Amino acid sequence: MNPEDERLLLAPVERGSRGLRLGLVASALAAGVLCACWGYQIAHDLGVAGINRPVFWGVYITNFVFWIGISHAGTLISAILRLTGAEWRRPVTRCAEAITVFALAVGGLFPLIHLGRPWLFYWLLPLPNARGLWPNFRSPLLWDVTAIGTYFLGSSLYLFLPAIPDLAALRDRATGWRRRVYTWCALGWRGTPRQWHALENGIRVMAVLILPVAVSVHTIVSWDFAMSLQPMWHSTIFGPYFVAGAIYSGIAILVAVMAALRRGLGLGRYISETVFDNLGLLFLTMALVWAYFTFAEHLTVWYGNEPAEMAVFWERVSGRYAPAFWTMVVLNFAVPMLVLPFRRGRRPGPASLVAVGVLLGMWLERFLIIIPSLANPRLAYTVGRYVPSGVEWGITFGAFGLFVFLYHLFLRCVPAVSLWEMRAGAAAESDTSLAPEPAREGVR
Amino acid sequence: MTRWAMAIDLDRCTGCEACVVACHAENNIRLVGPEEAARGRAIHWLRIERYYEGEYPDVRVRFVPVLCQHCGAAPCEPVCPVYATYHTDEGLNAMVYNRCVGTRYCANNCPYSVRFFNWHAAPWPDPLQRQLNPDVAARPAGVMEKCTFCVQRIQRARQQAADEGRELRDGEVQPACAESCPTRAIVFGDLDDPDSRVARLSRSGRARRLLEELGTHPAVFYLARGARESSGEP
Repeated sequence: MNPEDERLLLAPVERGSRGLRLGLVASALAAGVLCACWGYQIAHDLGVAGINRPVFWGVYITNFVFWIGISHAGTLISAILRLTGAEWRRPVTRCAEAITVFALAVGGLFPLIHLGRPWLFYWLLPLPNARGLWPNFRSPLLWDVTAIGTYFLGSSLYLFLPAIPDLAALRDRATGWRRRVYTWCALGWRGTPRQWHALENGIRVMAVLILPVAVSVHTIVSWDFAMSLQPMWHSTIFGPYFVAGAIYSGIAILVAVMAALRRGLGLGRYISETVFDNLGLLFLTMALVWAYFTFAEHLTVWYGNEPAEMAVFWERVSGRYAPAFWTMVVLNFAVPMLVLPFRRGRRPGPASLVAVGVLLGMWLERFLIIIPSLANPRLAYTVGRYVPSGVEWGITFGAFGLFVFLYHLFLRCVPAVSLWEMRAGAAAESDTSLAPEPAREGVR
Repeated sequence: MTRWAMAIDLDRCTGCEACVVACHAENNIRLVGPEEAARGRAIHWLRIERYYEGEYPDVRVRFVPVLCQHCGAAPCEPVCPVYATYHTDEGLNAMVYNRCVGTRYCANNCPYSVRFFNWHAAPWPDPLQRQLNPDVAARPAGVMEKCTFCVQRIQRARQQAADEGRELRDGEVQPACAESCPTRAIVFGDLDDPDSRVARLSRSGRARRLLEELGTHPAVFYLARGARESSGEP
């Protein structure tokens, strides 16, 4: 790590660039679409969405599951890589952890957007009301609120802790009001051996704690469906199936974001091809795991041949939703299998294209789990159909804008690649006596 | 203890839908108009399902009135995060509109699809608002609603019985659907009273319950067609 590296990594924070400013404005406009559509919906009631009876849950819940799934990129992958001491993680962890926090922020909006009376959302919080009545702890929705709340707090802390030394570095370089903000954020960091020791312990404890929380979050999201009686929702496999899908889509967005950072911020020498090669192998593994679960789920339903479930099964495989289903199979399985096994396919360009396809495919997967089941209830008399309305598409689009907007803000505040972790990595690689700060030995 | 239940004789049902109209009038159920109805937003707490048997010209139509089954183990109840739907000690599956925040989870978990959502605020253009039933709350936009077994009529009958210093008599409580049925296909009463009409009908060999195999313990008994003479019921 020489001063030139430091300048390059800090450039987006200290100087910004035309591209960053453009991205910030464009994504703010896209996020504005979300605000406008949601405002319109609140003013004109939920009827402006396409949901109906019996399809009471639509694109909003699809987006909710999708974004909560995306959030598994960061924290989970970063925690596993930290705990296993994988050296190539160093440039990955920061931008991955940030994905988690922002994806959760976006995903957490959707249960509110979807409420009939969103201004009463706080009735879902685990607090007693004025008459001493607590919310219903038997409801999976309450488990959701609790699990996602815990995960959001945990992953915010897990993003913040390893950022402290970098915030301190920014504090030391900044002037004016920025200096005051960074001073406050850096929590009095001086880089003493005692502080390094505490930080190292804190990161390690958080990495261990966040793993079961991450697994539980998407398991509980799957239980929103699996706990019900709906055909093809009531499945024991849903917990691990959703977690696998979440990690899969999480790696996809991580690959896409890292490729964008490489190009946009010129970070090619830090986020190297080796990183993409390793991440690509993990990506490939998750593609196989996802395909295995999808196959097992559909095979057992088909073999069991229960009429209510088969109505949903055929609708997905050969009925109205067949185009979406087979697009999903191609994007999530066929394309990754044709590209990722080869070293050339795991290079940033092709890997990020595959990743964008997988993101679309995983969104379709969530849609296909939710809508066909609801459209084919047990009493055949009430079969329904669902076409999302313009408001729903606007909010879906705006959610991506909001995510990109939050990420751009983050890039302007904190370096996307952890300075001190890269420095520690470089120090560990070369002679240890050349390490700039001996106290950092052993810090991961 | 009282446990409210209903028996519907499918042999008597002619599919005239008088019950549907009576239910709308009694419970202030809004009309959504043809466009919204085509989008699946129509609200009918009670509906007549029609099933066709055979090929033209030898076709038979079967009518099944379907309403909230007031399940003893209702799938809609545990999933509500705010206790907007809960079980009363009289076996009613009650709905508290003021608590509802509109997650619509209850509707997704109802295998009978008898729960309805207020997608828009209800317009009651003049003179329609003059025929609203003052005993029944109007529902705002964003909350669920469904059949209550005409709980307002249960309360009124109980009040009257208490005023007269006596117990409720069998058949005294009549939901709007039962009262309006020209063939008297719908019988309402207390299942825990072994001599009530509904209790006797529920023990008949013709009695079936809808999707009973799901373990929901519905409180609505359907008396199957065609076997009336042989079963020796009242």
